[in-house]
Formats: sequence, C-alpha cells, structure tokens
Amino acid sequence: MTAAVTAPRRRRRWGSPWAWLIFLLGVSYFVIPLIATIEFSLRAAYKDPVTGEFIRPSLAAYELVLKDPKFVGGLLTSFRIALITIAVSLLLLVPTAYWVRLKVPRARPVVELITLMPFVIPPVVLVFGLIRIYAPPPLAFLNSTFGTEAVLVGAYVVLSFPYMYRAVDTGLSTIDLRTLTEAAQSLGAGWPRVLWSVIFPNLRGALLSGAFLTLAIVMGEYTIASFMGTKTFGPYLSLLGQNKAYEPAAGSIISFAITWAAMFAIVIIGRANRGRTQPAGAP
Amino acid sequence: MFLSLSGIRKQFGDHVAVHSFDLDAAEGEFVSFLGPSGCGKTTTLRMIAGFELPDAGSIRIAGEEIGRVPANRRNVGMVFQSYALFPNMSVADNIAFGLKMRKVPAAERKARVAELLELIHLPQSGGKYPYELSGGMQQRVALARALAIRPRVLLLDEPLSALDAKIRLSLRQEIRAIQRQLGITTVYVTHDQEEALSLSDRIVVMSQGRIEQTGTPSEIYNAPATEFVARFVGTLNLLPATVTDAASGRVRIAGRELRAASAVEAPSGSSATVALRPEAIVIGDGGSEANRLDGSVSDVTFLGSIVRIRVRVEGVDAVVALDTFNNPHEAPPRIGDHLRLAFPPEALLVLPHAPDAGPVAGDESLAPA
Amino acid sequence: MTAGSATSEAPGIRPAPRRVPLAWLGLLPFLLFSAGFLLLPIAFLVIGSFQTSTGEPTLENYSGLGDPYIVAAFWNSVTVSLISAVGGGIGGFLLAAAVVRGGLPRPLRTGLLTFSGVASNFAGVPLALAFVFTIGNNGLITLILKDVFGVSLKATGFTIYSQLGIALVYLYFQLPLMLLIVAPAIEGLRREWREAAENMGATGRQYWRHIAFPILLPTLLGTTILLFGNAFGAQATAFQLTGGTIPLVPVVIGAQIRGDVLRNQGLGYAMAMGMVLVMGVMILVYVWLRRRSERWLRS
Repeated sequence: MTAAVTAPRRRRRWGSPWAWLIFLLGVSYFVIPLIATIEFSLRAAYKDPVTGEFIRPSLAAYELVLKDPKFVGGLLTSFRIALITIAVSLLLLVPTAYWVRLKVPRARPVVELITLMPFVIPPVVLVFGLIRIYAPPPLAFLNSTFGTEAVLVGAYVVLSFPYMYRAVDTGLSTIDLRTLTEAAQSLGAGWPRVLWSVIFPNLRGALLSGAFLTLAIVMGEYTIASFMGTKTFGPYLSLLGQNKAYEPAAGSIISFAITWAAMFAIVIIGRANRGRTQPAGAP
Repeated sequence: MFLSLSGIRKQFGDHVAVHSFDLDAAEGEFVSFLGPSGCGKTTTLRMIAGFELPDAGSIRIAGEEIGRVPANRRNVGMVFQSYALFPNMSVADNIAFGLKMRKVPAAERKARVAELLELIHLPQSGGKYPYELSGGMQQRVALARALAIRPRVLLLDEPLSALDAKIRLSLRQEIRAIQRQLGITTVYVTHDQEEALSLSDRIVVMSQGRIEQTGTPSEIYNAPATEFVARFVGTLNLLPATVTDAASGRVRIAGRELRAASAVEAPSGSSATVALRPEAIVIGDGGSEANRLDGSVSDVTFLGSIVRIRVRVEGVDAVVALDTFNNPHEAPPRIGDHLRLAFPPEALLVLPHAPDAGPVAGDESLAPA
Repeated sequence: MTAGSATSEAPGIRPAPRRVPLAWLGLLPFLLFSAGFLLLPIAFLVIGSFQTSTGEPTLENYSGLGDPYIVAAFWNSVTVSLISAVGGGIGGFLLAAAVVRGGLPRPLRTGLLTFSGVASNFAGVPLALAFVFTIGNNGLITLILKDVFGVSLKATGFTIYSQLGIALVYLYFQLPLMLLIVAPAIEGLRREWREAAENMGATGRQYWRHIAFPILLPTLLGTTILLFGNAFGAQATAFQLTGGTIPLVPVVIGAQIRGDVLRNQGLGYAMAMGMVLVMGVMILVYVWLRRRSERWLRS
C-alpha cells in the first residue's frame, strides 16, 4: 500500500521540547540513585600498605565484600537456588502447558488461574502460609537445611508461575504443536522423546526469557528467604545494610549488575530468536 | 472546474510516489483513481485530504488554493478503508463529532445525526457502539460521519476492500445512490476495476505514480490507451503481434493476417500487442469481413448464464478467453476440441508496446470470477 | 502418523471421551505441586482466619481487624500505595507519551523501554539501599543540597523514612511497569483515528481530549490499579527502608511471622486475608477494565 511508505507526518526532527523535558526528568530519576550508589560504594578508603595513606575514592568496598565469605556464599547459594528453581519450573510447566494445549484444553482456565494467583498472593502472605504448614510436625521440613531449601525452591517456582507459564504458553502458540507431535510420533517417538527432542528445542527462546526473568527475581529475593532463614544473597545484603556503611553500596551495585546481565540476556535472546524465525516465517 | 489538481508531485525519501498528477473534476462528478497497490492513488487522495503535503503543484477547490491549508480546515470528508470509527463513542457521537468541533448547537447536531442515520438506513443504531456493528454497518456510519460536516468534496479510500463480496456489492450501490442524491463531488480510490467501472463518471488509471489514462468507464474499457490499462481493466485477451501495414491497420498473429478497424500508430514491422474483447469473439467463421484464429480448447468454465471458454491459439503462446451464453440444448465444447474463432475488425485493438510497463497482473487474475 | 496410531502404546492424538479423566492425570504433577506450595498454605491461612487459637470457628479475628494499630497499618499501606500508584500512573503515562509520540530519537526510546524491563524488577533490598545512598542522611543528593545550595533536606520536613519517602522509592519500579504496559497502548492508537478527527476539523488538542485519552483511559486506570496492588504487596523495600517504624500491612504481617506481635495467631491470618482481598479486588478491576478496552479495540 502507498500508506505503508508514508512517513509520520509533521514530526519535528528533534522531537517536541515537552517530550525531552519529561524524558530527561524520568532519566534523572532513574539514573541518579544508581550514580549515588556507585559514588557511595567508592567512598570507602583504601589504605596503602606501603605509605599507610588513605586513598579515596577506591574500590575498597568491593574488595571487602568480595573477600567476605558470607557475601560470596550468599551469592552462590542464591545462584544455585535460582538454577534449581528454573529447572523445576521448566520441567513442571512445559509438560503441563503442552498437555493443556494438546489434550485437556478444558483445564486451561484452572491452570491459568493457578499460575496467575501469585499476582494476588504477596510473597509475605505466601511465606506465612508455608511456614505455618512446614514448620510444625508432621511436615517439619523447615527444621533441616535441605528441607528449607526445598521449600524455598517450591516457593520460588510458584513465584515464577506467572512469568514462566505465560512465556511457555506464548511460545507454544507460535508452533504447530499437533503437527509436530504427530510427525514425531509417526517416526516412532514416545511422549518423553517428543517433549525433549521436538518441543523443548522449538521453545528455546521463550524458555530462556522465562528462565532469565526467574533468575533476576530469585537472585534479589528477600522476603521469603529471610523468613525461612536461608543464607541467600537478599537477607545478607539487608543485614549488611543495617550494619555497614560502604559495603552494602558495593553489594547493591553487584546485585544491579546481575539483574542487568540477566535482562540483557533476555533482550539479546529475543533479538537472536527473531532473526532465526523471521526468514522462515516470511512468505 | 470544481476540484482541480495540477502538477502534483510527492516524494518519500528516494521513492517518488506521485510524479505529476493533473485532474479537473466538475462539481458533483464521481471520479475514481484506479490502479494496483503502490501506484500513488492513495497518496494523491491523502494530499487532497491534507494528510500529506505535495512537494509541488496546486490543489484547488472551487478556485481556492488549499494545498497548504491544514487538514482540519479543508472541509473535505474522508472515508477510510479501516472505517476508523472512534471506538469510545456511540454511532451518534461519531457522526456528530465533526459538528461538535464546529461548535454546532446540540439541537441542530441531533437533527443532523438523525437525518444522516436515515440516509444510511440505520435509523435505530445511534446509541450503538462501533464494536456492536458489522463491517458494512461500520462503513456506512463512517460515510455518514464524513458527510455530516457537509464537506465540499468526499474522499473514499478503498472503502469496500475490508468487506466481504456480497456486502461490497450492495454498499457500492448505496454509496453511488447517496452520492447522486447529494450531488457531492467525490474521489474514490480503488484497486478493483469492476468497482471503478460501475461507480464512476470518470476513471483515472494510475501506475507507478503516473496517470496512464483518464476517461469515462466506457472509454477506459473499450479504448484502453496503453497495454497497462488494457491488462488492468476488464478481461481483454492480449496477443503478441507484428505490425505489417500500419496505414491500413494490418497485423500478423501466428502467421495469419488480421485487420483492425483503423490505422495503427506503431510503425510497420514493429511488434505490438493486440487486445481482443471476449464478448466480441464468436465460434465459427463469422462474417465475411471477420478476422479468424484457430486453436484448441484448454478450459471450459461454467458460470451460470455464461460459459467461458479458453482457447489456446495455434502458433502463439497465448490463451484467448471468450464468453458464450449458456444454451441448455447444446453441449459446450470439450477440452481438446479444435475451434475456429472469429471477430470483427472493430473488436481488435492494437496497443503500442510499452517495454518498461513493469510487472502487470495478468488478465486471468483480474477477471471477475 | 499411521505408524504411530498403529502401535497400541502411542496415545492417540484426539482423546475419546471416556479417556478424558485419564488425560487430566497428565496435570497431576502440576496440581500436586501447586497444592503443596500455593493452595494448601493459603487454605491454611483462610481456615486459620476463621478459627480461634483452640480451633473453634469464629469471626472474631476479622472483627479484630478494627484494632487501631491494624487500621493504621492498612491506612499507611493504602496511602503509600495510592501515592506511588497515582504518581507512577501519571508519570509513566507522560513518559510513555513522550517516548512514543514525542518524536524522540528511536534509540532513546528503545533504551528506556529496555531499562524499564529491568527496573520493573528492581524492588527489594538493593533498591531501598540505593535511595538511602541518594537522599538518606548521608546521601549524595542530601549532601549536594547541603554543601552546594545550603539547603537542609531535613529542615524541609522530607525524609525518605516517611510515607512519601517510601512512595518515592516505589516509583522506581512503578514508573517502568506503567511505561511497559502503556507504551504499547499508545502505539496502538491508530493513525486513522487522528486523521479522521483532523479531517472533521479537530485540532491536535481536541483529538487527545475527545478520542485518544478516552480510548486510553481504561488502560490507564487499570494499570494504575495494578500499580496499587503492586505497591500494596511489596514488603522487602519498605522493611529495609523503615525497619518497621512505619507499620505497613506487609511489614506487620512479617512481624507477626517472626513472633506473635498481635498476641493472636488468627488475627495475623485475618490480616493476610485482608491483604489478599485488597490485591484480588485490584486485579479483578484491572482485568475488567482491560476487557473493556480490548472490546473497544477489537472492531
């Protein structure tokens, strides 16, 4: 159509001054706390071992937190729990979403309602219920470290439901599930094989996005972890924030960096995925 | 002239959408811009509406230059392909919108809305919302909305192409009836030659930003000025030919000498394209003056009252379609049958060869099925 | 396909009616998991909220919500959520309008939207800390105001450890969330609407007032309500910031988990239910408004 070629009309080359004003205000609001945190994290003085002089600004705060075994330990624990959460979430939700689409579409409202419930149940309420069930006997899982981590993973998987299920379901909607399944079965593949070799690879982009979002959420999560008393990153950072001056700033910056990295991964996956599917999809 | 465009040019980046457009339309005239996608017809229409500013040329309505007047002060009505009704307003509010912008008193607005709802045969629907209406109804409301402000010119941009075939036909007649009743000068953009032929007083056929031909439907259909027009409009059969004697209008096709009714413009010895109208072709030897071609039947399509027969002409790579009336007592020819086709010299048009005519849709895809 | 259906082991693609209950078994892992980590814990709270500490059925817990301390907590939560939702709603809309329709260079807009995807997940401890470092007692802006402009932030009465302060911090994830939902809605305003309006004599301002804004209104209201729920449920940020000096509902529930500060188990459950109820109503209104705008735009 001719209309498709049409350029937006009367658009000033540099945009309206109002738009710039609002944009700059917004950007300042977003950027200033980051700058302030970085600045704060650099206020810690570095003592020169030779001259004994104190040097500011320095990276001393970063050195301190990265040498702090509890900080690094918390980070690693959070990372490990995030990975387990992602694995469980995927193993649970991909077959479920697949099964709902293919075999029991009538169950869709039920499954969707459950996966959206975490939007209505705040983490503090969820952990309240979990503690009341899993702290006292007969299900006193929270008495052991392993049991606590298991319940924590369970809670995080629930938190990931809304994002992960939507990502998986949207991913499934873009591929012709029935045909792929029938084709695989006609070649002699059973259900597990169909899921593993055909469905998972075709959902790669969607699954990775969901996975990284879950990673970002779990890495910084505080409420549930702190009430369960696990030694993850969130509660330890909070503790640092109450007791130390500059280390928490460094810790926050590290935390932001992790979230950023995870989110950038999502964006890059999104781009790569578009590039991969577009030529095939274009007529 | 009431609506007058002269020397209109529009460029988007490196792409020239409209090269040089001239048109003079009389008051009350119904003019169609006809052409394939990207031929510049919509861009031209949008320049009349004021959504695009021409790079050169002038647009006048009743002698007043409006080329630089903002769209909201031009007082022309526009109907969009996608209806573009405001989803948050009822039908009545949609129709009244232009009047409200002109600060017309509420009572007067109400009367005018009622009048227009009557005109589009939806007198009861004023309180409904666009999403409650079918596509055809929405487009009628959009028409009423455009007419409410008593525009000097009515512009319609492919108003029927989003609708299904049956509604398209009835709404087409309705648009024409309303246009006649109001006597409003109308510009209608379409890529559907049947629509253009049946609606218009005059048609402007466009291709690649240029006007190919301007004329009445009968002129466009019976005397296409270029091969593009011949291909795009109607169901003409096109055959490659060589001009043997330009002065006496003789051409050669597949070794046969054929006669046109008048002299040919192209020089003798040059190649040309010959157009034959399907309704002029008969099976058999025809009259003594008739031109004749031989071929074999490649396809027979039963269309009800008409049977369309396609014949592959011997010696050339071309298929000629002809229409015969259905005769229940006579079996139609079968595929593979040899037939002789005859047609009078008047039915043979020799078109100048346009080597850079660009890709043009074949007549088969455009033939009304 | 023929090979597949010939083998008796391979399940058929279209289940026969009598096999439907069997097909539901495929959802068993999901349902069991949800029961264990979501449904049962919530059910426990629901039931507990209707029981006395000895297990007798009662409505006492809910009438206990009238306690001034709890009312104050709900009131604080509503105030903070309202300020941050309305602020985030208006600010996010203006930002979205600026980047989508303001004619800003495209990379800026892509950058802001990407950043928003990240920042809408920034809630929690690091966020609270970042604002402490910015406008806390020793924050960068506090110091700059004092040293360069001679203005004491404390003297103005503003502190980050107040309702307004918490709301200001919440804006950091509220604005991006609003932006992410509203920007596509503004983009969805069809060009033809503007042209049709212009064609009928409307100015740009009239187009916004009569058409664009009313079309966006359900989305704007709905998302603002979503923001309200979002702020209402946030615990970590508020707790880190105030350490419980300003009682907010999630903070009080948190205190109740750590120890029986309300001197009544059931009252804590009732409070949690009150919170779920508020969130649930917000989400329902959001869904309802969303449907409304989708219905409009379907045509």
